[in-house]
Amino acid sequence: MADSVEPPPLFENVDMKREEAEDDDLFESAVQSQPSANLCLEEDGHDLLNGDSDIGEEIDKLMLNDKSEMENVPINNQSTIATPTMEEVEAEGGDQFIEITITEPQKVGDGMGAYMAYRVLTHTNMPFFKKREFAVMRRFSDFLGLHDKLTEKYLKVGRIIPPAPEKNVIGKAKIKMAQSEQAGNGSDFIERRRAALERYLRRTSQHPVLIVDPDFREFLECDIELPKATNTSALSGAGVMRFINKVGETVNKITYKMEETDPWFENKLVHVEGLENQLRKLHYNVEAMVSYRKELANLTNGVSRSAAMLSVCEDHNLLSRALSQLADTEEKVEAVHMEQANTDFYILCEMLKDYLGLLGSVRDAFHERTKMFQLWQHSQQMLTKKREAKAKLELQGRTDKVDQAGVEVIEWEAKVERSQESFDRISKMIKLEMDRFEKCRIQDFKVTFIKYLENHMEHQAQLVKYWDDFLPEAKAIA
Amino acid sequence: MGDRVMGDDGTVSLTDNSLIVDISDALSEKDKVKFTVHTRTTLKNFNKPEFHVVRQHEEFIWLHDRYEENPVYAGYIIPPPPPRPNFDASREKLQRLGEGEGTMTKEEFNKMKQELEAEYLATFKKTVAMHEVFLTRLASHVMFREDEHLHVFLEFDQDLCARPRGRFQQFGGFVKSLGSTTDQYYLNVTVRDVHDFFEKQMNSLTEYHGKLKEGTVKTDKMTEKHKEVADSYIKISGGLVQLANIDPGPLDKYLMKVADGFEKARKLESRVASDEDLKLADTLRYYMRDSQAAMALLVRRLKCLATYEAANRALERARQKNKDIHAAPEVQEAEKAQTEACERFDSISTQAKEELLDFKTRRLHAFRKSLIELAELEIKHARTQQDLFKKSLQNLQELM
Repeated sequence: MADSVEPPPLFENVDMKREEAEDDDLFESAVQSQPSANLCLEEDGHDLLNGDSDIGEEIDKLMLNDKSEMENVPINNQSTIATPTMEEVEAEGGDQFIEITITEPQKVGDGMGAYMAYRVLTHTNMPFFKKREFAVMRRFSDFLGLHDKLTEKYLKVGRIIPPAPEKNVIGKAKIKMAQSEQAGNGSDFIERRRAALERYLRRTSQHPVLIVDPDFREFLECDIELPKATNTSALSGAGVMRFINKVGETVNKITYKMEETDPWFENKLVHVEGLENQLRKLHYNVEAMVSYRKELANLTNGVSRSAAMLSVCEDHNLLSRALSQLADTEEKVEAVHMEQANTDFYILCEMLKDYLGLLGSVRDAFHERTKMFQLWQHSQQMLTKKREAKAKLELQGRTDKVDQAGVEVIEWEAKVERSQESFDRISKMIKLEMDRFEKCRIQDFKVTFIKYLENHMEHQAQLVKYWDDFLPEAKAIA
Repeated sequence: MGDRVMGDDGTVSLTDNSLIVDISDALSEKDKVKFTVHTRTTLKNFNKPEFHVVRQHEEFIWLHDRYEENPVYAGYIIPPPPPRPNFDASREKLQRLGEGEGTMTKEEFNKMKQELEAEYLATFKKTVAMHEVFLTRLASHVMFREDEHLHVFLEFDQDLCARPRGRFQQFGGFVKSLGSTTDQYYLNVTVRDVHDFFEKQMNSLTEYHGKLKEGTVKTDKMTEKHKEVADSYIKISGGLVQLANIDPGPLDKYLMKVADGFEKARKLESRVASDEDLKLADTLRYYMRDSQAAMALLVRRLKCLATYEAANRALERARQKNKDIHAAPEVQEAEKAQTEACERFDSISTQAKEELLDFKTRRLHAFRKSLIELAELEIKHARTQQDLFKKSLQNLQELM
C-alpha cells in the first residue's frame, strides 16, 4: 500500500501535540497493512507502491522505532510551512530554513539544440543536505521531469503537489510591450519563466514531505547533468500516453459521481470551485490592468517627446527650459508606470495564476480519492459476485470447485478491507494536506498584498519627488 | 487660457465693468447644446443693463466669421472660435457599458456608470468654458467689444439665421485656404518682405503650431489611457470583495480592506487623469488654436502686401501710359490706391507685430499658470495616494 512508503505525517503540523492522536492511528494501520502490501503487489498489479526504494528503507527503519524517537528525527520541517520569514515559527527545532533562488539564465549550445540553463542556488541549514550552500545548473525540462517524478510518487496518496510552470508562458498579446527593443521582448519572457521556476521550487520546498524527497534533493544539490527528461516532451511516447490518460481521467471526472459520505469533502470541493472562479476573474482583470498600465507608460513617453520638441521651437528661454524639464519629468513618470506595471504583474498577477494551478492540484488529489472509492466499490462488487458464485457451487454440490471459490472469496474480502483502508487513509491525508495548504494560502495572500501595496506606495513617493523637482522650474517661467 | 492679462494695451483693465459676458446656463439636447449668454453692461449702446439670450454653437461661429472677414481687424489676432460640442465618445462609451451590463456585478456597473456620467459632465463643462472664453476675450478687447455684430449676438433675442456651414468647411475651410494662400502670396511677392521678422515669425509659428497639435494629440491619448487604468481598478476591487464573500475565515476582512484601498486609489488616479487633461492637454489645445489664429493674421498681412505690390505695379503702368500727360486722372487714381495700400500694409504690419508680442506674453503666462497647477496637483494626488497606502498597510498589518 502506498501509505507504507511515506514518512510519518508527524512533521506536517505546526502544533505537534495536537496531531499526536491522529499520528497514532496512522502508524497502527501502516504496521498492520505491511504484510498484505506485498501480496497486493503481486496479485492486483495495481502499482500503489512508491517505486522509490530509498524512501521505503527509511520508512522501515522509522516504523520500528517508537514514537518518541520520531520527534528527534531531524526532518522537522515545521518551520517551512507557515511563513517565509522564519522568525514566526513556534515549534522546537524551528530554526530550520531553506532559501532557493534562481539566477543567471544562460544560453547553452547553438542552433537547434540550444536551450536556456538556470542556476539554482540553495541556502539551507537542514541537516539532510550535504552542504549549507550549493548551486547547480538546470534546464526547463529538468523542472518538468522533477514535477513528474514527485507527482508519480505522491499524488496517489492524496498529496497536493505544486504544479510546474507551463511550457508556454508568453501568454496573450495584451502583455506584449508595444515599444520595446528586440532584446526586451525576449528577456521579458525569460524573466517571467525564471520567476515562475523560482516560485515553483520555493513552494515545493515548503512542503515538509517533498523537501526530503531524494529526487527533489538530488535536483537541488547534485551538480551533474540530469538525465534528459524526454518524457516531458509532448510528442514523446510517454507524452502521448500522458495525453491519453489525461483524456480518460477527464472523462472519468465528469461521468463518475461518487456517493459522498463525508460532507467535509463536498463542502471543500464547493469552496475550491468558488475560489477558482473568483481567482480566474480576478486574474483576468489584473492582467487587463497590467496591459493598460504598460500602454500608459508608452503614451507617457510620447508626451515627453512632444514636450521636448516644443521646447526646441519655443523661442522664450525660460519657457523652453521649463518644457524641456517637463519632458524629463514625463520620462521619469513613464519609468514609474512601467515599474508599477511590473509590480502589478510579478507580485499580484502571477500569484493569482499560481493559485489557479495549485487549486488544480487540489482537485487532482480529490480525484485520486474518488478513484480509491471506485476501486473500493469495485472490490465490494467482486466480493459479492465471488460469494454468490461460491454459494451457487455449494448448492450444486460441486465440492471440488467450492474450495477454490472459498479462497477467492477470502482474497476479495482482504482486497475490500485493504481498499477501504486506502480510502480512509487518503481521506485523512487530504484533510491534513488541505489544512496545510489553506494555512499557506492565507499567509501567501496576506504577504503578497502587503508587498504589493508597499511597492505601490513607493512608486507614489517617487512621483511626488519628480513633480516636486519640476515645480520650481514651472515657477521660474517669466 | 485667454486670461485677461493686466497691462496689455489690447485689453481693458480687470476692474472695468462696462461689459461683462458669461454663460450662465447650458442645456444639452440630443444633438445640440443651448448656451444661455448672460451680459451685464454699463455701456449706452445697449438697451438694458442686464440681459440674456440663448445661442447655439453655429451662432458663435457666425460671430467669429464676422470678425475674421472685417478688414478693420485685419491686423489683429482674432480669438479662435470654440470647438464644436462633441459628446460622441461619451455617448458611445455609455452605450457600450449598457450592452455589457450582464457581464458585471451591479456594484461594478454602477461605479462605471458613475464614472462615465462624470466624464460626460466634464466634457460638457469644458465646452461651456470654451464658448465662454471666446466671448470674454472679445468683450474685454478694446476694439472687438465695440463691434456691432457682437452687440447683436449678445442682445438680439431671435435666432441669428446662422446657417451652419458644412462641417468640412468649418474645420477644413480655413486650413485649406491657409495652405493655398501662403504659397500663392509667397510666390507672388517680388518685393522682398520688408521685415525679416515676419518671415521668421511665420516659419516658427507654423512649426510651433504643428508641435502643439502633436502634443495635444499625444496628451489626449495619455490621459484617456490613464483613465482606463483607473477604471480597471473597479473590477479588481469588485473581484476582491466577491473573493472575500466566498472565502470566509481569516482572509475575508483582509481582502475587504485591500478592496477598499483599491477603490480609494481608483478615485485618486482618476483625478490625476482629469487634472492632466485640464491643465496640460487643454492648454496645449488652446494655444494650438491661438497660434492658428496668429498664422491667419500673418496671411492677411501677406495678402495686404500683395495688394500693395499690385497697386505699385498698377501705378507704374499708369505712369508709363500717361507719360506725356500731366496730372492724368488715371495716374492720380493709381497714386491714391497705392498710398492707401501702403498705409494699410504699414498699419497691419505694426499692429501684427504688437499682436505677436502679445501672443507670446499670453502664452507665457498661460503655460506658467497651467504647468504650476499641473505640478501642484500631481504632487497633491501622489501624496494622498502614498498616505492612503500607508494607512492601508497599517490596517493590514494589524490583521496579520
